[in-house]
Amino acid sequence: MSKRRSDWEQRPQARFLRWMRDGYGALDDQITTSISQPAAPRPDQEAMEAHDILVGTHRHERELALDRLAHYDLQNWANTRGRKVLGRLYAVLALLLGLILIYFLLNTVAFMPRFASADVPANNEVIARYVEKGLEETGAINIVAGMILDYRAFDTLGESTVLFIAACAVLILLRIDLDDHGQPMQQLIAEESDDRHYEPKNDRILQGSAMVLTPIILLFGIYVLFNGHLGPGGGFSGGAILSSGLILYLNAFGFQKAGRFFTYKIFMWVSFFSLGFYGVAKAYSFYMGANGLHSGIPLGTPGAILSSGLIMPLNIAVGLVVACTMYIFYALFRKGGL
Amino acid sequence: MSFVKIALLGMLIVCALGVSFTRNLLTSLIVYMAYSLMMAVIWMLLESPDLAITEAAVGAGITSVLFFVTLKKIHAIKGDKDHEQAQK
Amino acid sequence: MWQALYDNLEQTVAVILFGIGFTILLLQRNLIRKIIGLNIMSTATYLFLASMGYIQGRKAPIVTDGVTDLAAYINPIPAGLVLTGIVVSVSFTGIMLALTVRLYRRYRTLDIDQIALLAKGEDMA
Repeated sequence: MSKRRSDWEQRPQARFLRWMRDGYGALDDQITTSISQPAAPRPDQEAMEAHDILVGTHRHERELALDRLAHYDLQNWANTRGRKVLGRLYAVLALLLGLILIYFLLNTVAFMPRFASADVPANNEVIARYVEKGLEETGAINIVAGMILDYRAFDTLGESTVLFIAACAVLILLRIDLDDHGQPMQQLIAEESDDRHYEPKNDRILQGSAMVLTPIILLFGIYVLFNGHLGPGGGFSGGAILSSGLILYLNAFGFQKAGRFFTYKIFMWVSFFSLGFYGVAKAYSFYMGANGLHSGIPLGTPGAILSSGLIMPLNIAVGLVVACTMYIFYALFRKGGL
Repeated sequence: MSFVKIALLGMLIVCALGVSFTRNLLTSLIVYMAYSLMMAVIWMLLESPDLAITEAAVGAGITSVLFFVTLKKIHAIKGDKDHEQAQK
Repeated sequence: MWQALYDNLEQTVAVILFGIGFTILLLQRNLIRKIIGLNIMSTATYLFLASMGYIQGRKAPIVTDGVTDLAAYINPIPAGLVLTGIVVSVSFTGIMLALTVRLYRRYRTLDIDQIALLAKGEDMA
């Protein structure tokens, strides 16, 4: 027969057996064994009654204390070890939710019409009108550009507005205002104030390649913008490419040099006037069309660059809004202002 | 179904999984940039050149640049002296 | 069902990417990875939408040689919708990153659980 070890009561097996038998945790064990002292025997009756009352009060208080300690113990467990258990439970449930979502969506995809077939419900009379009459009604060779800037120009106005609002929101969040003496008005942490005066270290490779690449990128951006109605491209891509060129220039040469041709006032006026021009031009077009009048904007010959009525100016307007927004995002993140 | 299309779609899933399994934040950003670029090539295979040029300029260009600048602001780029100071 | 899923391979992959992006959004604790997960979800939606427009054997919707026949071009409408969506996704990514920078300035951590704890501690104090 094996001899029991002397520290049997503290071993995990003994604790587990005790937990299975009694349902206590370790802390409860210590509390119970520390509080329950054996009562000393009293000889006479009053002393015994007084002792009974005292023991009753003690027992009541002990139960109260045990309750409070159990509650505190639960809070403590939830904050320390329970966090790990609950964290693992959350991870398992989140993974399960993702898999169930994928399963249900895959079930839906199995019932979708066959990919790349010509008789899907999505090909109805709307695209017949857009494709067949698109060239003669809008004058644009790129059917998608003609669609988003002529037939569905309202959506593009809404989306340019979303870009403008996003630029305003990031301005509110990240801008660091200067007061009259050039000192920042908000509380800055140390790294922020160091970052605000960031000027490049005159890196030779970056500046050399930026000197060659920036005019090419800007030229390509202008080309994509102007030829939005003749080929792929248009306002959004042209604006994004323009802003890429400007960001490259800013990175290579610093804020002082870029501030010579792109200040905050320029950004404000260009965005405002582009959006305003878009709204006014399209309002004129809708007004003429809704009242059955013939708008006086010539459509030109398809294939020439000055054709398709209002599409080219609108492309330029949208492209300028996009370029200004992306550039101001970058400048606000980098420095907190222009 | 062409082999190139199947390979690109498979790589999309691999990139999406790779974003969550890397430890370094900079690595997951570069994987996201590759994901964006492969998505642009898939747009081209689906015969939409407008979407391809927009996704390439915006996804792999502007969004990734914004992410990089945010990482610089929160001092999460390893090897930068701000990162070592922030770790103390 | 497997044959149907293999025929619509783009849509299947788009749906799987959506689920992966959603799980990344739920499971990751780092704020930047959550934002990347949200971006993966949105590009997966655009892939699903734009793959509805493709028709076998037809070309991109740019009029060449004056052919304006319906049977020569793919469906241009989903491409227009997705174009708007891509630009909206970059604007909300910009706003979310600005919020992340502000949160870091205030709480000095990027872990969403610790930020919630610190914010709750401030509320109760």
